[in-house]
Amino acid sequence: MLIPCPYCGERGADEFTVIGAADPMRPEPDAPMEAWVEYVHVRDNAFGPHRELWHHVHGCRQWLVVTRDTRTHAVHGAEAARR
Amino acid sequence: MRLPTGGLIDRDRTIRFTFDGKAYAGHPGDTLASALLAHGVTLMGRSFKYHRPRGVWGLGSEEPNALVELRSGARREPNTRATVAELYDGLEARSQNRWPALGFDMMAVTQAFAPMLNAGFYYKTFMWPAAFWEKLYEPLIRRAAGLGRAPDAPDPDRYEEMHGFCDVLVIGSGPAGLAAALAAARTGARVIVTDEDARMGGRLLADRAEINGAPAHLWAGQALAELAAFPGVTLLPRTTVFGVFDHGTYAAVERVSDHLAAPPEGMPRQRAWHIRARRAVLAAGALERPIAFAGNDLPGIMAASALRGYVNRYAALPGRRAVVFTAGDDGWRTAADLRDAGAEVTVVDARPGAPALARGVRHVAGGRVARAHGRLALDEVELTTGQRIEADLLAVAGGWNPTVNLTSHHGSKPVWNEELSAFLPGAGIPGLTPAGAAAGRLTLAACLADGARAGLEAARQAGFQGQPLPLPSAEDEPAAIAPLFFVPGRASTSFVDFQNDVTADDIALAAREGFRSVEHAKRYTTLGMATDQGKTANVVGLAILAEQTGRTIPETGTTMFRPPYTPVSIGAIAGHHVGRGFRPTRRTPLHGWAARNGASFVEVGPWLRAEWYARPGEKGWRDSVDREALNVRANAGVCDVSTLGKIEVVGPGAAALLDLVYANDISTLKPGRIRYGVMLREDGFVMDDGTCARLAADRFFLTTTTANAGKVMQHLEFCHQVLLPHLDVAVLSVTDAWAQVSVAGPKSREVLRGVLDDAAPLALPHMSVAEVTVCGGTPARLYRLSFSGELAWEVGVPAECGEAFMERLMAAGAPHGLAPYGTEALGVLRIEKGHPAGGELKGQTTAADLGLGRMLSKRKDFIGRVLSQRPALVDPARPVLVGLRTRDARQVLRAGAHLLEPGAAPSTGNSLGHVTAACWSPHLGRMIGLALLSGGRDRHGTRIRVFDPVRDGDAEMEVCDPVFLDPEGSRTRA
Ligand SMILES: [Zn+2]
Repeated sequence: MLIPCPYCGERGADEFTVIGAADPMRPEPDAPMEAWVEYVHVRDNAFGPHRELWHHVHGCRQWLVVTRDTRTHAVHGAEAARR
Repeated sequence: MRLPTGGLIDRDRTIRFTFDGKAYAGHPGDTLASALLAHGVTLMGRSFKYHRPRGVWGLGSEEPNALVELRSGARREPNTRATVAELYDGLEARSQNRWPALGFDMMAVTQAFAPMLNAGFYYKTFMWPAAFWEKLYEPLIRRAAGLGRAPDAPDPDRYEEMHGFCDVLVIGSGPAGLAAALAAARTGARVIVTDEDARMGGRLLADRAEINGAPAHLWAGQALAELAAFPGVTLLPRTTVFGVFDHGTYAAVERVSDHLAAPPEGMPRQRAWHIRARRAVLAAGALERPIAFAGNDLPGIMAASALRGYVNRYAALPGRRAVVFTAGDDGWRTAADLRDAGAEVTVVDARPGAPALARGVRHVAGGRVARAHGRLALDEVELTTGQRIEADLLAVAGGWNPTVNLTSHHGSKPVWNEELSAFLPGAGIPGLTPAGAAAGRLTLAACLADGARAGLEAARQAGFQGQPLPLPSAEDEPAAIAPLFFVPGRASTSFVDFQNDVTADDIALAAREGFRSVEHAKRYTTLGMATDQGKTANVVGLAILAEQTGRTIPETGTTMFRPPYTPVSIGAIAGHHVGRGFRPTRRTPLHGWAARNGASFVEVGPWLRAEWYARPGEKGWRDSVDREALNVRANAGVCDVSTLGKIEVVGPGAAALLDLVYANDISTLKPGRIRYGVMLREDGFVMDDGTCARLAADRFFLTTTTANAGKVMQHLEFCHQVLLPHLDVAVLSVTDAWAQVSVAGPKSREVLRGVLDDAAPLALPHMSVAEVTVCGGTPARLYRLSFSGELAWEVGVPAECGEAFMERLMAAGAPHGLAPYGTEALGVLRIEKGHPAGGELKGQTTAADLGLGRMLSKRKDFIGRVLSQRPALVDPARPVLVGLRTRDARQVLRAGAHLLEPGAAPSTGNSLGHVTAACWSPHLGRMIGLALLSGGRDRHGTRIRVFDPVRDGDAEMEVCDPVFLDPEGSRTRA
């Protein structure tokens, strides 16, 4: 699989680690316990395009949001996670 | 016999080899199969279940039958297809799965028990009584079934990995592949061409055909010469593309030295390729399929296209009287070639009205072979009419299966084509274009045209320009086919899957028992599950299942093709990642010094760390470790701590980032001071601990445990880039920049005075940091902190100065008794002080479990803050850190033992916790340990049962505070 790193170009997936969904947002500090449980443990099991967090750990060490189709592994884009 | 002329073999040279101990000769260009066939040897093995005699069926890697054992000793190689084993001088080959001899196999009596071994026998026959399985059935089956013997010594050869990049990958070098490669290469594209065979050319080498008015193999030679002259073209013979992965990644294995007795000096046995191709053309050809009829597995019965391949390419004719049983026009080509080679030929064409396509052969129009007769080889063919034909060769032309396998590797199913009676590629894989026979174009001119089209198209899609060039002239030979998969009759010897001994009967039985789904029938009968993955068997099996269940083939479906296309050795996949090459070895800047000073080393993650420094006269490791630990507490010791993760966090946002990452407060730390810090994961458990030194308002230096260095670095980057991207901060790994040592013990101040250029910083209080110089101007950092509980400093010097610094330090320390200590003594010192480390920081402990609960800040948000207060994580019954002391010097305590209430029955439910670390304490004269114990804080001073049944440990010991020495910490602050 190839990941189009916005800093390094297309690189093999073995240079990266992936931790899963990019969209769960860390709750505000005063959010209830349930919001934190949701943030840490509950994930959609995406079937189709999926935004996920990849780390170019053997490259530029930037965290990326990669949009990948979980059915085909087609990568629709990658952008820096820092917004 | 070997024909007097012809063939693409080098008759000037002779190669000697043995098969089952008997000597034979062949020529360069031969395979083991062709050389044996040239000697008239058709019996090459015994079958998997029934030990039936078997010979060669095919011409290449699809071979299901002729599996032999090659070489001997550590290079012994079972289940090698004789059809792809190239001859070399001294080759030893043996038949498999027979006892005592190939011609007389005692185990062949299992044929008498065939009804017991039919479809589903794994599930039925041996299910009851269960106790019989292990003692009786399994040993019996293991002896009778199975194929070759694995070698029993380590593989002596080297394997390597290679990365290839190209614009167009062409898989297969037959007419379509060569045309595709030429079309692509002429545009200037970088092209890689692979072929399984040692000699490229595919069917152009095996068929009598003409291109541009000359034998087709000559055109193949010219095409290959033109390709080889392009600088951007790589030709890879002996290379199988076995898998298609994402985004144009293709896995291949190149058999670099399999055709030699042993790899030449410096060469690998095989090479695994990762090829990244912008586009690929699948020109993998097609495989001829068998027809199921009684006795269709006898030696002498072969695929018609394979038999003519042996005649044309190898000049090997393994018989004199041949019957060609064909369902289409293609069989007639074999008939003509056999006739011209001198055989007496009868064509049995299953199509009643089809015209004879060759002269000089007998023709049985509309005939069908009902049964083949013979004991160890074919001697008679019986037709459904009862007519018998004496024959020693039977060529079967059941139609072609395009080699669509790779197009299914991403889940796309092949599609049935009624006209060709074959599966063609389905939606396939983006960027991979099937061409030629693999795409259902089964004639020569069509293959050349389709290959040229696909190659040019692929190059254009990869960004190159080019125009179609004139095609070489060739003809389209007759290729009509009428589907015929089996001839009803004695179905119990009508073989479908030769390698797994699956018969038409087995498939019918599976259908009767309700296994209508092709995937179920496959697993029930094991059809297509042998090492050849049903390359020849699957479509015939499917056709029988369709008929039995009253459906068409497309209604019945097809099973999926998955990687690898052909078996791949584990060695090729492992490559150089074996032994010490399994992962990189990291050595500290002080490794050489330690090695020169008697250290032995232990692996800690990727690192080698000094475990102790043995001295003359010490009888074992305990002597060394006891001495080292006692010396730290009595004088001073020095330990290499360079493996600890070291990270600098720099910038105006540094304190804010660290406040999020650490559970305790960091922003309140004053420049020049150090704080012990603990990090949680967001789920509330402890991730790591270490120290955090504030070098300046905007500059911090962190240490992590050796094991978690990479993980913490990644976590810091996550927290910065994803959670706090607005912070102006940089995170930098500096682990490799520093050689760092801990100098610990009551005399450590005196020792350090001898190396510091200015001794004033030694007066700084515990948990202070100073930038200093040592040994006359070398910049260094001095951290006053202690892991051992003694007065201690850590000193960091630039990595390249590490060894020189150590020499100077040891010289300065000699008058004070300074001695190095390793990780074992370090472990003793930390257990005596109750510091959590690996066994306690195991990802399932909370800060409170480890006695660090009060560190969690109340005044800020931090990672893990909320979930660390989950009910389960604040349950008072959670096991917490305690000390354990044995009652006398003889009691043994081991990590891993369970803790039980004295008198309680040993059971998982009664376990109150476990021992996480244990050691001999030379200071206390007994073994001590750390443990996680439910309600542990209220149990100090009580006894607990330490239960270790695996290692015969069962004793009561005393629970105590985890800090065994100097609980007030007065030694540290001295
Ligand atoms: Zn990158």
